[in-house]
Amino acid sequence: MNMRHMQSGQSGTISSIDIGGKLGLRLREMGLIPGAKLTVTGRAPLHDPVKLRINGQTLTLRNNEADHIELTATEERR
Amino acid sequence: MNDPLHIALAGNPNSGKTTLFNHLTGARQHVGNYPGVTVDKKEGTLTHNSHQLSVVDLPGTYSLTAYSVEELVARDYLVNEQPDVVVDIVDGSNLERNLYLSCQFLELGVPLVIALNMVDVAQKRGISINTESLSKLLGVPVIPIVARTGQGVDALLDIVLAVSRESEHPPTLLRYGPDIDQALRDIVPPIEQNKLLTDTYPARWTGLKILENDEQILEKAMEEDSTLTKKLVHRSETLTHHLQSTIDAYPEAVIADHRYGFIKSILRQGVVTRTFETDRLYASDKIDKIVTNRVIGPLIMAAILFGLYSITFNYSTFLVDWLGLFFEFLSSSADAMLPDGPLKSMIISGVIDGVGGVLGFVPIIMFMFFGIAVLEDSGYLARVAFMMDRIFHFFGLHGSSVMPFIVSGGIAGGCAVPGVMATRTLRSPKERIATLLTVPFMNCGAKLPVLTLLIGAFFSAHQARYMFLATVAAWIVALLAAKFLRMTVLRGESTPFVMELPPYRFPTMRGLLIHTWERTWQYIKKAGTVILGISILLWALMTYPGLPADKMAEFDTMRQQISASQFTDNAAELLKIDGLEAEAGLRNSIAGRIGIGLESISRYAGFDWRTNIALVGGFAAKEVIVSTLGTAYSLGEVDPENTTSLRDRLAKDAHWNPVVALSVLAFIMFYAPCFVTVVAIANEAGSWKWAFFSMGFNTLFALIMSVAIYQIGTLLGLG
Repeated sequence: MNMRHMQSGQSGTISSIDIGGKLGLRLREMGLIPGAKLTVTGRAPLHDPVKLRINGQTLTLRNNEADHIELTATEERR
Repeated sequence: MNDPLHIALAGNPNSGKTTLFNHLTGARQHVGNYPGVTVDKKEGTLTHNSHQLSVVDLPGTYSLTAYSVEELVARDYLVNEQPDVVVDIVDGSNLERNLYLSCQFLELGVPLVIALNMVDVAQKRGISINTESLSKLLGVPVIPIVARTGQGVDALLDIVLAVSRESEHPPTLLRYGPDIDQALRDIVPPIEQNKLLTDTYPARWTGLKILENDEQILEKAMEEDSTLTKKLVHRSETLTHHLQSTIDAYPEAVIADHRYGFIKSILRQGVVTRTFETDRLYASDKIDKIVTNRVIGPLIMAAILFGLYSITFNYSTFLVDWLGLFFEFLSSSADAMLPDGPLKSMIISGVIDGVGGVLGFVPIIMFMFFGIAVLEDSGYLARVAFMMDRIFHFFGLHGSSVMPFIVSGGIAGGCAVPGVMATRTLRSPKERIATLLTVPFMNCGAKLPVLTLLIGAFFSAHQARYMFLATVAAWIVALLAAKFLRMTVLRGESTPFVMELPPYRFPTMRGLLIHTWERTWQYIKKAGTVILGISILLWALMTYPGLPADKMAEFDTMRQQISASQFTDNAAELLKIDGLEAEAGLRNSIAGRIGIGLESISRYAGFDWRTNIALVGGFAAKEVIVSTLGTAYSLGEVDPENTTSLRDRLAKDAHWNPVVALSVLAFIMFYAPCFVTVVAIANEAGSWKWAFFSMGFNTLFALIMSVAIYQIGTLLGLG
């Protein structure tokens, strides 16, 4: 499932990140790597950027950046 | 005593690096810039066990690529300055990502000590870290500290001294998978044999950077040996093709993944024990649930920004007024003590007004930086960027641009000087330049008296509506101009937004004061000299060459005639003559001649020479437009706070009408920023190129707007 379609509160494990270059590296530097677990914790007032929790930290990224991240959704939080 | 030891502090943003730096150096620190860039360089000194230590706080980074100024600065410093010890501050509550940077220090082979910070927070989150085994596995000392309280800092400094005595720090060899390892085996030997950049970088590191397609290293290598570099790049391209076709990945991504693999393999060997499950909401998340809520969030943000704004501009007023009184006192003392003549005029109108102009901004800048430091250190500024990014990104800017816009007059009455300086919180270079070039379009406090004058004279029936429209127009124009710049001179991909929302923290007073003071002092120091020069130049333009002797004699005769006559109101008549003389003097000055010369262009926008001179004077400070217009209409000195006489004069003048007023209004809102702002732009952009660009671009833009308004308005017969 693509990151863009994740609902607030939904968790998942990153399966792939299909971008290299500056953005690809930035994502990895911030800990967004295949195998990492994350939870979407919310979205900005205009639905973009998205806010997520990963490795005990909160990251934000724009939807068009999230597009490059594929996940397998795991659980729905109450 | 021996030379001081050079220590560099490095680490991720929000890892507590600056807290440690402040703890170590206290007030014994100063801020400068790294050559050629506007990244703050903080240095300080301390003594430990009778050893002198000189500490540099490197910019916080997540990595050591060539993609951001901060990373380049950090890496160049490590390589060129070769500090005796590098202290890497690692946030214990987020070990994996923090060690990604440490891993790159190991690859580079710098003398490293890891300061494991926030072990207390990690403990609370159920993470306990075995520092001994971490140290053994990484091959560098690891010292647990709590930077906020200073716990463990002495032990850290002991180890730093010990490490500084070691001589060898060979780079750690990481494995990056079969394909990349093979490529490294192919390219590292020729790098070693030909000594390509080996004076500065380890050969294997250069090889790795070539595979990572690192712009800076490639450029340096090309300069030194282009034939060899081309061969190496060719090998790197083969690797890229191979990886693309087999696993659909880029070399730099594979390298990054293997760094994480290395880190994970270490952490798995009993370094980290989780005592309880961590998937719970921390205080920060709870606050964020409300503060970044999609409905309440923006309301809270509006309230906070408005609060900051009011505090900055209201509470700094008394200091501004005090400074104003002080400079008035200086002026009147100079007036009383010096003999009449050009020297007195220069000291009063050039020097005192100029220095007063610079210092007049200081209270505002101090208050604003204090406010921003509170928002920044508490972690709220990142939330503002998060909430506003969607709108600003649309115009090619960044969520963090909102702050400079507000401060500059997004709520009418700000000031572009602190606004331009506030762009420092932006880390995306193109978005930053676009922001600092467009914030001067906002209606700052100095434009307000001018806008009030013109609106009062010609649109008095709808004063509030026009003032509001002026604010809205400023926003629209600034954002569209930003979009335009980002599509032309500042064209290019947006910088990735990916950023951390740091946990909320209570800012420490000491940190806030240091923050505020260093930025304010930088302003005074850098702006002061240039602004004094320009101020004297502007004074000369408005004063020289003065009236010819025969003209002066004419006015004197007129005065004598009035004094001699019995029947008229002498005082009022004499004042009238003074006004006429000042007008004639101004008209004859260099600025006056420029104003008359400019009529050939400005008449298309409906400005006569009087308006032109006022606009030239407005370059000193926008409120000067009012007083210069007063002189040009021979009303003598006009107080910007009380403009009734000038307003009536303009409203009655045959040359003025609502269309002209609108055209002048537009021009004043959008033409060249005042020179204090221009100097601030030059400082913040790191080059005078952008300062001149902003003067030219804004003036041209304003002229086009005004000509359009005047021509269309006249055509429609509204004038």
